[in-house]
Amino acid sequence: MSGERGVIIAGAAETDSVGRLPDHSTLQLHIEAAVNAVADAGLTMRDIDGIATVTTPGPVQVAHALGITPSWMDGTAVGGTSFLLHVRHAAAAIRAGYANTILITHGESGRSRVGAGGWPRGSSSIPGQFEAPYGTAGPTTAFTIPVLRYMKEYGLTHEQLAYVAVAQRKWASRNPRAMYRDLITVDDVLASRLVAYPFHLLECCLVTDGGGALIVTSAERAADFPKPAVHVLGTGESAETPMISQMVDFTESQAFRLAGRAAFAEAGITTADVRHMMIYDAFAHLPIYGLEALGFTAKGEAGPFIADGNTEPGGRLPLNTNGGGLSYTHTGMYGMFAIQEGVRQIRGEAPAQVQDAGISVILGNGGMFATAGVLVLGREPSRR
Amino acid sequence: MSAKAIPEPTPETQPFWDGCARGELLLQRCRECGKPYFYPRPICPECGSTNVEWFAASGRATLYSYVINHRPARGFEDDGPYAIAVVQLAEGPRMMTNITGIPNTPEDLVLDMELQVTFEQRGDISLPIFTPAGASQ
Repeated sequence: MSGERGVIIAGAAETDSVGRLPDHSTLQLHIEAAVNAVADAGLTMRDIDGIATVTTPGPVQVAHALGITPSWMDGTAVGGTSFLLHVRHAAAAIRAGYANTILITHGESGRSRVGAGGWPRGSSSIPGQFEAPYGTAGPTTAFTIPVLRYMKEYGLTHEQLAYVAVAQRKWASRNPRAMYRDLITVDDVLASRLVAYPFHLLECCLVTDGGGALIVTSAERAADFPKPAVHVLGTGESAETPMISQMVDFTESQAFRLAGRAAFAEAGITTADVRHMMIYDAFAHLPIYGLEALGFTAKGEAGPFIADGNTEPGGRLPLNTNGGGLSYTHTGMYGMFAIQEGVRQIRGEAPAQVQDAGISVILGNGGMFATAGVLVLGREPSRR
Repeated sequence: MSAKAIPEPTPETQPFWDGCARGELLLQRCRECGKPYFYPRPICPECGSTNVEWFAASGRATLYSYVINHRPARGFEDDGPYAIAVVQLAEGPRMMTNITGIPNTPEDLVLDMELQVTFEQRGDISLPIFTPAGASQ
């Protein structure tokens, strides 16, 4: 932003491994990610004066475990995009002088459930009264509901939806850390078992264990770290609905659109400037809704855009280059891993490195089209 | 049956559930801007007015979207694959529901088909669900 202090991501790392980690508690995943990110930035825990993470375990527990006494903290917990919001809030805190070096952590024993919190949804809550009685049982039964309406309105085919998983598996095949790396076909996807019609197993994200962490600080210190600085050029956040049934229009995400508009405006970019893209893919329809909400294609055209190969290796808009939640990893709150891949691409250290990834856009989803966060990351500082 | 989730009313939603018990689907409407809305809460989401009123909806709806769930929630294990649907009420608001009186298959559940409300007894609660319009209840 013009005339204001720029903000960078100076450190970024995931846990030593991701996938099945029954020997790691949730807290240990936070700790391991934090230690790795602090080392990546060439810092020590003593340098950290701000912390952000979701509950559970929350910023107080993580800070205490790491021996950090924060002068600023953020416990925003609005689903898997929370970490994108933490980056946004950290940028504001750094500009305000509330903290100088902020640690953002994610750790989730999503698969093994070691030391994991529950997902309380009491029978007197609004979703407990007006959705749960109809047999919802987590995201596979609710996040998926809008897509039949989209298919009717815009002609998206079952094959095009399946192809999202095919395209992302091509990226995963180039990532040694990805849980699933064998190439698949549309027929493979459509032959996998039905989870919630029209969604098959291979159109649903993984459930894994893992974590990641970031160090956010002032761009004035950009030359002080061992890795190239990743500039936070623009950020956005929004919320739409706590219940999928109350989404304004089942064919588009209002929250995606509003968060994207804010981030692109702050960064002063258009879609033509974007060389790399991450869209939170809990299910195969998310990249379609995301591309359209951010204006990369017209409404109804993102399915064919992906099916035509534009987002896979060799395509003009590399998307979900770690393999995404569908093939790489998905702990439950995947947003941290989308940011990590954006950082790797900007730095030039991704397993499936994209040429000239000067600007990367990360679109995070929270809940089930409930919330959204967008980050515009760049190799160069803002020109504004 | 009893293992299925049962809504627990709060003071703000109690009139809705009382209406269901009488076989009426109640919505709220803003007295200032006229907007009908769901789910129950004492403030208009359109204009912010707290001057709102209850009214009986027609019970007519169309099928807006759905999934057919193959991994049943607690209590639904013996139902076979079942539709979790969202219907568009004739008055405008949408709500989640189940569809009864028709096979829950992609061939039978056609988007925009006309539906009408009916009620399923679940513990002390009458739960609004929907069935094809004109079907005998």
